[in-house]
Amino acid sequence: MEYLLIILSAIFVNNIVLAQFLGVCPFLGVSSKLSTATGMSGAVCFVITLATVVTYLINKFFLVPLGLVYLQTIAFILVIAALVQIVEIVLKKISPSLYRALGIFLPLITTNCAVLGVAINVVSKEFSFAGGAAHFLNLGEATVYALATSLGYGLAMVLFAGLRERLALNEVPASFKGLPIALITVGIMAMAFMGFSGIV
Amino acid sequence: MSKLQILTKGLLKENPTFVLVLGMCPTLATTTSAMNGLEMGLATMFVLILSNIVISLIAPVVPDKVHIPVYIVVIASFVTLLQLLMQAYVPDVYETLGLFIPLIVVNCIVLGRAEAFASKNSVVDSALDGIGIGIGFTLSLTVIGIVREILGSGSLFGWKFIAGDGILAFVMAPGAFIVLGYLMVLFNKLAGKQ
Amino acid sequence: MAVKSNIKNMVLSLTLVCLVCSVLLGGVYNVTAEPIKKAAAARTAASIARVLPPFESEPQEHRTELGGVQFVYYSVEGAGIAVVSTTAGFGGPLTVMVGIGEDGLIVNSVVLSHSETPGLGAKCAVDEAFRGQFEGFDPASKRLAVTRDGGDIDAITASTISSRAYTAAVAQAYEVYKKVSGNE
Repeated sequence: MEYLLIILSAIFVNNIVLAQFLGVCPFLGVSSKLSTATGMSGAVCFVITLATVVTYLINKFFLVPLGLVYLQTIAFILVIAALVQIVEIVLKKISPSLYRALGIFLPLITTNCAVLGVAINVVSKEFSFAGGAAHFLNLGEATVYALATSLGYGLAMVLFAGLRERLALNEVPASFKGLPIALITVGIMAMAFMGFSGIV
Repeated sequence: MSKLQILTKGLLKENPTFVLVLGMCPTLATTTSAMNGLEMGLATMFVLILSNIVISLIAPVVPDKVHIPVYIVVIASFVTLLQLLMQAYVPDVYETLGLFIPLIVVNCIVLGRAEAFASKNSVVDSALDGIGIGIGFTLSLTVIGIVREILGSGSLFGWKFIAGDGILAFVMAPGAFIVLGYLMVLFNKLAGKQ
Repeated sequence: MAVKSNIKNMVLSLTLVCLVCSVLLGGVYNVTAEPIKKAAAARTAASIARVLPPFESEPQEHRTELGGVQFVYYSVEGAGIAVVSTTAGFGGPLTVMVGIGEDGLIVNSVVLSHSETPGLGAKCAVDEAFRGQFEGFDPASKRLAVTRDGGDIDAITASTISSRAYTAAVAQAYEVYKKVSGNE
């Protein structure tokens, strides 16, 4: 039950792009085509979940016992950068087809603030779901939270890409062309997602 | 490019928010009021100027293949420095901006300037570039903050001129996207792109 | 670039940069450790001063457990105790500090952190009409719950959940007070 609430909350209520403003740059950057949006979402999902688990463990068994929490930002970004590299190399070896699909997005993910944002949030913030007591997440909850959050990212991205493909076919005033109209569309999407607030 | 041009290009021609469209996350998340926008802009500017200076100094001796990790370490160090200083001397501001201070590390503006400008130019030029882009970013964030605060809370820099609430949507997430969208339209019009 | 990208140079430059950065940050950390501690202490002291009557002695920090949850509270000689209490609000955890006088009445309460909706639930942190209801509240004779739940607290319009969470936080703090003062 607890896990279900975490999933609903992370995907809909606190959607990472539409409510938390994390990972907006790639969200706007690669969402003009549905196919690239799907590819990017897949890659982000993979990296966010993996990075959150690894940084959670590093924080718990390394930074906190040694009193080095103030180095969290540096440690996390280096871990993420290294992880992205490793994922890229491994993927190239074991699944060339998946690598071809996700490959070009991987280097971009290091600077996607959604990855670092989720990793920092999970270890430094207390969460409460459906009126339950506020607490720090354990490893299982952190993993589920990271996975659900990245699914929320994918959902927002795919929906938005669909809208943008339609948008491209329409006549809009010249100064609205491109990003301005896209931003206003995201605003309306965010409004729709606000309808979920308070359900969990 | 003259020194003056380097300093002023961040305001309009290469404005990081409205023209280059970089660093969107803090731009949208922290501009709930004019003051928050200003503070976030200044924090980013601090990191931007220092990392530009250091990177322009070390760039000639950094091997090509590891230049990105080296730059990230430099930027992350300055961000940590900023975090420590803010916690010590302006804890309230640190609390308000929260997660978005450590996230300056992955702000594309900072790494972007390091890569595109500081690594290829002199120390003085890089510092000027940092100041210029930093001011451009700070001004953009403050403007967005001003619009959202006026519409959303009926106040300006905390000074309330309407009793009661404003249009709440503008303080919340949808308002951030919509205000940025319309300001971009305005910017396009004024910059005469069309 | 002037320097070749061979293994030796790459490892050398990365190690050097990391070394220099960590030494510098370690230094800065040591310098700022004291001010950071002081700033945190000053924040706590300011909150305690807001929720308790004027006092002169130094607040003492204590910890206690109630129903499996850890609570932090501060006791002040001659003024009462200030309990830090967290409940689940509308948007996430809501942390309130509640001051309870030696006579068992609630003196005042203040929000330490929240993630409620701006302009709606977030009002519980600033709305004087709402927060004022808790000043001098006697939980022994009145009920700490919003009127909709049969209590004596008027909720903020359109923000019942946040008001409920705030009220629950105060009630929870009062339970902690009862436990530590032995007034069970």
